[in-house]
Amino acid sequence: MESSSLSALDLARIQFAFTVSFHIVFPALSIGLSSFIAVLEWRWLKTGKTYYKDLCLFWSKIFAIAFGMGVVSGVVMAYEFGTNWAGFSKFAGPITGALLTYEVMTAFFLEAGFLGIMLFGWTRVGPRAHFAATLTVAVGTLMSAFWILASNSWMQTPQGFAIEGDRAVPVDWFQIVFNPSFPYRLVHMTLAAFLVAALLVAATGAWHLLKGRRDPAIKKTFSLAMWMLLAIAPLQAFVGDQHGLNTLRYQPAKIAAIEGLWDTETGGTALNLFGIPDMQAETTRYALSVPHLGSLLLTHTWDGEIRGLKSFPRDERPNSTVVFWSFRVMVGLGLLMIVLAVTAWILHRRGRLYDSAWFHRFAVLMGPSGFVTLLAGWVTTEVGRQPWVVYGVMRTSQAASPLSAQQVGLSLMAFVVVYFLVFGTGIYYMLKLMRAGPNVTPEDDARPAQPQPRGPRAVTAAA
Amino acid sequence: MDLTVVWAAIIALGLLIYVVLDGFDLGIGIVFPLFPDERERDLMMNTVAPVWDGNETWLVLGGAALFGAFPLVYATVLSALYLPLVAMLACLILRGVSFEIRGKASRTKHLWNLAFIGGSTGAAFFQGISLGAFVQGIPLANGEFAGDAFGWLTPFSLLTGLGLVATYALLGCCWLIAKTEGDLQRRLHRLLWPLTLVLIGFIAVVSIWTPLQEPNVAARWFSTEWFHRMVPAPFLVAICAYLMRRAARDRHHTRPFLLATAFVVLGYAGLLATLWPYAIPSSVTLWQAAAPEQSLKFTLTGAVVILPIILAYTIFGYWVFRGKVRHGEHHYH
Repeated sequence: MESSSLSALDLARIQFAFTVSFHIVFPALSIGLSSFIAVLEWRWLKTGKTYYKDLCLFWSKIFAIAFGMGVVSGVVMAYEFGTNWAGFSKFAGPITGALLTYEVMTAFFLEAGFLGIMLFGWTRVGPRAHFAATLTVAVGTLMSAFWILASNSWMQTPQGFAIEGDRAVPVDWFQIVFNPSFPYRLVHMTLAAFLVAALLVAATGAWHLLKGRRDPAIKKTFSLAMWMLLAIAPLQAFVGDQHGLNTLRYQPAKIAAIEGLWDTETGGTALNLFGIPDMQAETTRYALSVPHLGSLLLTHTWDGEIRGLKSFPRDERPNSTVVFWSFRVMVGLGLLMIVLAVTAWILHRRGRLYDSAWFHRFAVLMGPSGFVTLLAGWVTTEVGRQPWVVYGVMRTSQAASPLSAQQVGLSLMAFVVVYFLVFGTGIYYMLKLMRAGPNVTPEDDARPAQPQPRGPRAVTAAA
Repeated sequence: MDLTVVWAAIIALGLLIYVVLDGFDLGIGIVFPLFPDERERDLMMNTVAPVWDGNETWLVLGGAALFGAFPLVYATVLSALYLPLVAMLACLILRGVSFEIRGKASRTKHLWNLAFIGGSTGAAFFQGISLGAFVQGIPLANGEFAGDAFGWLTPFSLLTGLGLVATYALLGCCWLIAKTEGDLQRRLHRLLWPLTLVLIGFIAVVSIWTPLQEPNVAARWFSTEWFHRMVPAPFLVAICAYLMRRAARDRHHTRPFLLATAFVVLGYAGLLATLWPYAIPSSVTLWQAAAPEQSLKFTLTGAVVILPIILAYTIFGYWVFRGKVRHGEHHYH
């Protein structure tokens, strides 16, 4: 990469990274929020408390924006493999194309088909049917995660196929879908999506607590999100650790790059806490390392061996400078999430969850951390897969379409302008909604006797 | 049973459904400039608010199924049509997001109106251009696109681009006629016949131009085997036009939409007759482009079960939101 101008391949990679990064934050939020909304609606049906309904309507508005932006940025993804990665599509289409077909059939249609009822059907169907629609949308988002992660994981740890001519031919679909890294990646990503939503919900609650609101809708928002975080954040650390063991087994070069590890050490590997890996000099500068900690964390033994980057040919090494830091951003923020959740628990036990302004500020600051962590994790696993597009089978350099740098450069510029403009505005309106907060309708029991314990059927539309 | 043909038929059907469904909601954006009243515009957008996501999903199905069933087509045609497809996607983003934002904006509402109009019209135009360029053929060498970055830009493709804009405008107008009432519907009814005439003009020009520029197509269309199948087409178009004229005069509510759909189906049938049996016109047949049998079988197993279910709940969704849309009924937030 000594040349001064970027090649069409570099531009295509930048474009893919840009469009997929912008895309993934919206589905991640949709996955988390739709389940959250389903829980709120279920509580409303069970208890008849109006604030659950208020919260439902409020988060549905934000969900609608996130979902819409996920759909339109997702259409781009469905075509980008063909426009920019013709080599990959021709080779792997029989496998990843088939998995993507299943994603569209079992997830995208399901979500889009019931979203209309979820958002606009409050007066058109009964409360139970409406809840069923909400639940279906939530299930759809999870199905979508299932298929796209099966496809991505197959690219990371491919199996169950044969190469015939110039293409991958499926041999065993069960092996393809349930490839070695898939279960870990699926759980890791699903939990990440829940964390993304929980942190955003918590931050919204905290913001309004700081502004002085203490009504049940706000308190519920905040406490529900914190309980969610307390359950998920530590679990995510455990799942991440298991995912790491799996990666060490199937993609050892990625682990070596993540840890900035150059030499294969015997009798126990140290862990570089900090440092700046230098790909040219084959060393990690300013390394601050702790003996044996690498073996302990990565192999769960005192002296487990971990292959260093030097044991891989130069042209098969992922960029350690990038993944070393993206990984540390992910883990660092993940640990902060655990601190946030545990602090909330302690404050709750002391009955001070709603009166600790410093803690609410902390929660507001952590609001966007889910997104940052999610992207850092994806950067780690995708950059860590390089130079392969299908690990060990097809190089990224063989995957690109025969396009000129001008064409890709032009489209990249167009995408950057449109995405920042359009999604920037979308995010602005989401923030504006969150700042306005949920409306409060007076409690049912404040009014004359209500004979409908399951909540009124004729309710105002999701205005 | 020939899996390749079955998959080609599913994709063809999926794209037809896409053209009709997203056609009418893109069409609303195309006729937007003729209805400057913001309250009416709110109403027009509300008629599709619950369904546009689902409509656009048929385009995603087209892309994904092409990727899985005909990877060679997906790879070469999409990279050949790089710039128009990127432009189309950018337009779809602009208009999709306008659905979410237009209703919330106050100072910038006029900009989101523009985004909705430009995005809808642009998406239709670039889809039509891509279609025209595809019909004219994609130059290949060693299974890779080997043409020019601007090879898609021809008088013919510009014509098909405008033709698709006209098609969607008619579909949008007819959909709105079915979903509105009163003065707005009256003005839509007045628009119906002029739009139909424009569309018939495009159908005529494209039908004459296609065999003239493609000797292969001409040979097939006028062969003894095909000719008797092609002959009824112009008469059916004429019958539809006559019925449309009457529906416009009688201010029919739902019949115009059915007739517009009939126009689309007739045009689409002509297109399929032109392409068959090629996956990439005049160079790669469906069978040469198909994915290995194991892939086709795997996806078809699911498709046979799932696609009917999708159709069922799509129809259910439309049924839930049936009838006229009135002011303030369900706001797009």
